[in-house]
Amino acid sequence: MARMKFLCDADRCIDCNACATACKNENDVPWGINRRRVVTINDGKPGERSVSMACMHCTDAPCASVCPVECIYPTEDGIVLHSKDLCIGCGYCFYACPFGAPQYPKIGNFGSRGKMDKCTYCAGGGGTEVSGSAEEYEKYGSNRFGEGKLPLCAEMCSTKSLLAGDGDIIAEIYKERVLKRGYGSGAWGWMTAYHESIDV
Amino acid sequence: MTIAGPLLARLRALIVMALLVVVMSGSAFAQKLNPDGSPNPEASALHEQTLLKMFPRAEGRIDIPDTRAAVLIQPMGRTWDYFHEVLLHWGAAIVILGTIVLLALAYFVMGRLRIEGGRSGLKIVRFKTIERFSHWLTAVSFVILGLTGLNVTFGKLLLLPVIGPQAFSDVSQIAKYVHNFVSFAFVVGLILIAVIFIKDNFPAKVDIEWVKKGGGFIKSKHAPAGKFNLGEKAVFWLSLAAGVAVSVSGYLLLFPFSATNIAGMQLAQAVHAVVAVFFVALILAHIYIGTLGMEGAFEAMGTGEVDLNWAKEHHDQWLAQQLAKNSPIQPTATPAE
Repeated sequence: MARMKFLCDADRCIDCNACATACKNENDVPWGINRRRVVTINDGKPGERSVSMACMHCTDAPCASVCPVECIYPTEDGIVLHSKDLCIGCGYCFYACPFGAPQYPKIGNFGSRGKMDKCTYCAGGGGTEVSGSAEEYEKYGSNRFGEGKLPLCAEMCSTKSLLAGDGDIIAEIYKERVLKRGYGSGAWGWMTAYHESIDV
Repeated sequence: MTIAGPLLARLRALIVMALLVVVMSGSAFAQKLNPDGSPNPEASALHEQTLLKMFPRAEGRIDIPDTRAAVLIQPMGRTWDYFHEVLLHWGAAIVILGTIVLLALAYFVMGRLRIEGGRSGLKIVRFKTIERFSHWLTAVSFVILGLTGLNVTFGKLLLLPVIGPQAFSDVSQIAKYVHNFVSFAFVVGLILIAVIFIKDNFPAKVDIEWVKKGGGFIKSKHAPAGKFNLGEKAVFWLSLAAGVAVSVSGYLLLFPFSATNIAGMQLAQAVHAVVAVFFVALILAHIYIGTLGMEGAFEAMGTGEVDLNWAKEHHDQWLAQQLAKNSPIQPTATPAE
């Protein structure tokens, strides 16, 4: 069974935000919610690096662990999904998430966050809706994964910086790149998300 | 103009010089080269693990208005998860269950502290209506906050398996809003209690004597006290401190990220949870001694009037002051002959 992961090759990311745009469009993500974003470290200085970040679909996902209503769970492919029917909008997943992935439709004062929303790896939702149905799309966005496709952010990445797919395969692709070009600033977030890094 | 001319020229020269200095110092940060002269794009780039060793979080610049999104990686999230799911679960269970076990032991070993002299039938006012209102406003809101709060930590272990996911989610949603809004009643009660009772809770000489005589727990010895004994004073000050701590941390959680960042939110939750657990333990002991543990104690906050003999045994100095001012209340109804 594959273990789905994301890997952002920061030496290739050019902060074009095509991934964020693709995600917004594919999943009809409302204003104010950003399932994927690009963060630039050391902006304007030598050694500047941009990293595209969304839910990393962690191993032993801390969001799932802290959820007081246990509405977050990993699928057999390692994709972390959640049920908006069960979510109470407490905000704990955001405190636990190392990557700032969980998003809420409302401002949050007086506990009024609404149902949590986050990257689904374009694999639909974790609720009771039929896979690929209009109801599922309405609540969680696209289910490309059910059609055998990878997340659109990675598919549309203009420099092929963002990789999605089985962890072993994308790690191998990254390793080859680093060996060929002679440098690589590492698989950002992997140690925190998957308890492993890619050593070249 | 004749004066301004040379001055402007001198100013221009100064600016050019300043710019030159900036450009020259900037060259120190220019692209580093490999020994063979080829560009090395990694020379100045920070690796993620280096960055995380230098700072608790990797932060940068973003193109979206949500400033929280500028935090790229915060490994502390996993630490907070460990706190919440392991330390808090075990710690809270041990502290709360341990308190209940200790109180049960106290009940079975010492039994109920009786009024030694029996009831006199005469009563004296201990707490006025406003005092009892403040107490019960705080007490009722505390119980509601305690139960709805514990649900966030223990509900998924205790209640979820019993009533199922959808019902538990509905209950928890309601509990969350109840917790958020009842907090205001609790704070009002806390302020009232602080204002009303603070004057009677400062340490006094008699407190030392009270401790020496075993605080009333040794039946052969009489422990003297004023309006409040040292045990009650401890409950007052600890409740006030814990109440302020849970209120401040609670309002930080109620208005997320308005006054603090992700680390502050995690800390606020941890403080809120840990203080609340000890607060629950303290109040469990307070409830025990005010109901089961001591005969005649509940009436003080119930009807507001206590038996004269109870007051004599537990608050002799206070009783003496009261009797100097007012005479005790006679029983209204005379028993039938």
